[in-house]
Amino acid sequence: MNFSELFKLSGLLGRFSPDGKCLASCVQHRLVVRDASSLQIRQLYTCLDQIQYIEWSSDSLFVLCAMYKRGIVQVWSLEQPDWHCKIDEGSAGLVASCWSPDGRHILNTTEFHLRITVWSLCTKSVSYIKYPKACQQGVAFTRDGRYMAVAERRDCKDFISIFVCRNWQLLRHFDTETQDLFGIEWAPNGCVLAAWDTCLEYKVLLYSLDGRLLSSYRAYEWPLGIKSIAWSPSSQFLAIGSFDEKVRILNHVTWKKITELDHPATIASKKTIVYKEVEKSPTVDTERLSFPPTRALASSLFSTKSKYDISQVPVSLQYIKPVADRANPKVGVGMLAFSADNCFLATKNDNIPNAVWIWDIRKLKLSVVLEQLCTIQSFQWDPCQPRLAVCTGSSRVYLWSPAGCVVVQVPGEGDFQITSLSWNSNGDSMLLLSKDNFCVCYLETEEV
Amino acid sequence: MGDWKTVTVPVLSPDSKNTLPYTSERKRSPTSMSSQVLRVSLPSSKNMHSFFGAFCTEENIEQSISYIDRELTTLGFPSIYAESRGKELNLISIINCMNGLLVLQHKNLRAQEEVEMQHLKLGSDMDHLQNCYAKLKEQLELSKREVVGLQERDRQLQSKNRNLHQLLKNEKDEVQKLQNIISSRATQYNHDMKRKEREYNKLKERLHQLVMNKKDKKLAMEVLNYVGRADGKRGAWRTDKTEARNEEEMYKVLLSDYEQRQKQLLLENAELKKVLQQMKKDIISLLPPQKQKPKERSEDGLVLSDQEEDIGELNKENMWELSCETVREQLTNSIRKQWRILKNHVEKLDNQVSRGHSGVLNEKDVISRADHELETEKLELEIQQCKEMIKTQQQLLQQQLTCDDDDTTLLLQDCYLLEERERLQEEWRLFREQKKNFEKERKSFTEAAIRLGLERKAFEEDRGAWLKHQFLTMTADCKSENVTTPSAFLRSSDPDVCLVKSASRQKKTPSVLSPTVSPEPCQIAQYITQNSIASEKPAAHNMPNLCVESDDKEETEECTKSWEDSGVGTLLCRNLLMEQLP
Repeated sequence: MNFSELFKLSGLLGRFSPDGKCLASCVQHRLVVRDASSLQIRQLYTCLDQIQYIEWSSDSLFVLCAMYKRGIVQVWSLEQPDWHCKIDEGSAGLVASCWSPDGRHILNTTEFHLRITVWSLCTKSVSYIKYPKACQQGVAFTRDGRYMAVAERRDCKDFISIFVCRNWQLLRHFDTETQDLFGIEWAPNGCVLAAWDTCLEYKVLLYSLDGRLLSSYRAYEWPLGIKSIAWSPSSQFLAIGSFDEKVRILNHVTWKKITELDHPATIASKKTIVYKEVEKSPTVDTERLSFPPTRALASSLFSTKSKYDISQVPVSLQYIKPVADRANPKVGVGMLAFSADNCFLATKNDNIPNAVWIWDIRKLKLSVVLEQLCTIQSFQWDPCQPRLAVCTGSSRVYLWSPAGCVVVQVPGEGDFQITSLSWNSNGDSMLLLSKDNFCVCYLETEEV
Repeated sequence: MGDWKTVTVPVLSPDSKNTLPYTSERKRSPTSMSSQVLRVSLPSSKNMHSFFGAFCTEENIEQSISYIDRELTTLGFPSIYAESRGKELNLISIINCMNGLLVLQHKNLRAQEEVEMQHLKLGSDMDHLQNCYAKLKEQLELSKREVVGLQERDRQLQSKNRNLHQLLKNEKDEVQKLQNIISSRATQYNHDMKRKEREYNKLKERLHQLVMNKKDKKLAMEVLNYVGRADGKRGAWRTDKTEARNEEEMYKVLLSDYEQRQKQLLLENAELKKVLQQMKKDIISLLPPQKQKPKERSEDGLVLSDQEEDIGELNKENMWELSCETVREQLTNSIRKQWRILKNHVEKLDNQVSRGHSGVLNEKDVISRADHELETEKLELEIQQCKEMIKTQQQLLQQQLTCDDDDTTLLLQDCYLLEERERLQEEWRLFREQKKNFEKERKSFTEAAIRLGLERKAFEEDRGAWLKHQFLTMTADCKSENVTTPSAFLRSSDPDVCLVKSASRQKKTPSVLSPTVSPEPCQIAQYITQNSIASEKPAAHNMPNLCVESDDKEETEECTKSWEDSGVGTLLCRNLLMEQLP
């Protein structure tokens, strides 16, 4: 495993291009595009203001940089460095910006969610979508990029509009039986749309592409409901994480619950492996100490190392009692993700913040629990194989695969607190992001 | 025991006649009864004497007699006068009367005793009952208190329960109220939310108008040049045609998705069918050994025929491709049937296995089943007999119980039994002692007998030696003189040699003999003289055996003398001798 040196970064804005060849990162006004493997700078663009958001177009040819404060979006081309495009939303303001799947349209959401403006880079045409709903996940594209679903709110009722992305024509428009629609998500096959209600009510609605209600699911009535949702890559399963610390998995044939995955604070099952991260003080080899000590050696001396130990079940995990009188309590399953091969599901229960739960979907059983020293900040599956990368806000990155798990210390001096990570689409490198820096981690291929 | 008899017998004889029916009724030995009578009568006789002394004097003897006569006649005894008018007393009648009176007296005394005993018993019973009564009273008091306590507790609990019920009701009311409040608040909240949202929407609309309507110079896109579409096509106009095409495309997407899903399902189905087919084949291949059995039973005939049909069907491979409903039904039915057969088979196998575990035992059981039945029959018969016996016994017991239901008699009986038992034990002890004595005597006697035997042997030897010596001397001194004792020579020519031998032997072992042996040589002379005289008489008979017997008698006479000194009865000695003789 190799690590690049640390590069400067602002606002956690570092992205691999969808084709995995380039890497865009922002430092204040500047957008830096590097080669993903050599990390040599390919292009350098300067924006009008501090960049708040960047996004690659699907064909990896354009990068949009949004500056919400100024209400402008700037688009840069990799092929034509002198090509430029600036979109100004004017007095309407800007809160969100994104590419359409074809990479030729930009959707800007104005302040107060007055409308979504669809700017085309091919023609001068501008389209508007009125009444978009201000919610967590109000716009969703199918994976094949053909259709877009938009959550709308009119007359105190929720609606969903399905557009054809090619010409922004409205295909379907239907109301949903929700109190306050909170999010929508297409199944990877693009034929089923999951819509879920606000956390006050546990409700998932499943719509067909043609607007038919396929099914609705309610696990319980009064307590706080859904916190997170994830489709399996095969569209076979829909995992629903909720505030009751459980994940429920629905199947795609009957849309009924297959199983309920509980997240107890004590793991008693003998079939579950619990990896516990433990700190170990570095052993100093006095003979190899040189004077003056090299910087790397010094830093390694003062930084504690850690490794994984296999805990003997039963294990009780660190549990945070949620504060009841606060909004958005830190309880329930807030993060969940399927591995690319559908075999594993990684979850995080927010009131056991140091643990990642990895479930075997074939057996529908808890397979592994990773108990970290610090709070889990982010985890992401390798897009090519069942391999999970976890970061906890420390300078270590944790990798799990069915073969086992490792702790990797990011070399280098200084404090590098990894708060986010993202895999390259080809799965052989990983971007590690901290507040001010980023580095790229290259993983050896399996043959070596 | 002997002592008892001698004392009691004279007293008993007149009494026993009267007491006999009474005692026989109780199944009591006459001896024990008589002893009872004897004891009771002794103290009472004294009282009688004193009483009579005061009553009759020299002067009023006539009156007394007449008075007694009267009294006796009133009591139902015959008159004591010889004749009805005469003044002469009939002594026999008097004695009979006396006896009668005495018997009466005894009876009365006994009755009195019984009554006293009963009284005592009743008194103790009374005490006991009073104690019981007191205890029970206490218990009653205690339980009453307990009951009161429990009632109090019950009352408290009930009141508590009532309170709790009240609380529960209150809580329920509270919950209801709260629910109402929540729901009202929720509706209020929703209403307010809607109102706010409407306002917000209005504001948004207004803002929209304001922002959008105004020719916003800033709202613009600056592009160096428009780029081509990713697919390289030109953008199409929005028309109805495109709309229709969109619809079409959407359905195409959906259709393709469904098609894909159907393909998956078909694949899955095919695989499952393959598995099913395989299973069916396996089942059929498993079943043939089973086939023979169902044929025997008429019920399974149908199933079997079906099964055969199914096998036929199975051969038509294309049947599997017909996934229409009728075929499906057939398929499921056939599978079900086969499955049932298989299940039966497996169950049977299981049974066999379980039987196999205890196979040897079971076989034994099978063999002895007939025996078992026989045995059970026998046992049943026996039980019947036993039952009958028990019944008769019960009846007898019942009868006995009904016969002497009188409690006092039972008690008395018990007393008698106890006494008798004690007496018997005493006797037994005595007997034991005697027996021990006898044993001791017998031992000493046997010892003496052995000793005597030895002595006799020695004596015989000596005599032999002496005779020999004398003979030798006689022959040596004057051969003509020897005429007086020819029989002795005739008799003891052979045993003499033995005697010499034994004498020499005796000399070697003097310690074996008792100390009385040592003075023997002195006595021997005497014996010899006696014997020589005695032996001359039987010698005429020429019977050596008799001679020995006579010797024995002499010895025993001696023994008896010594035993008489130790004070043991001759009879026993004789007995012992009798034993010793053979």
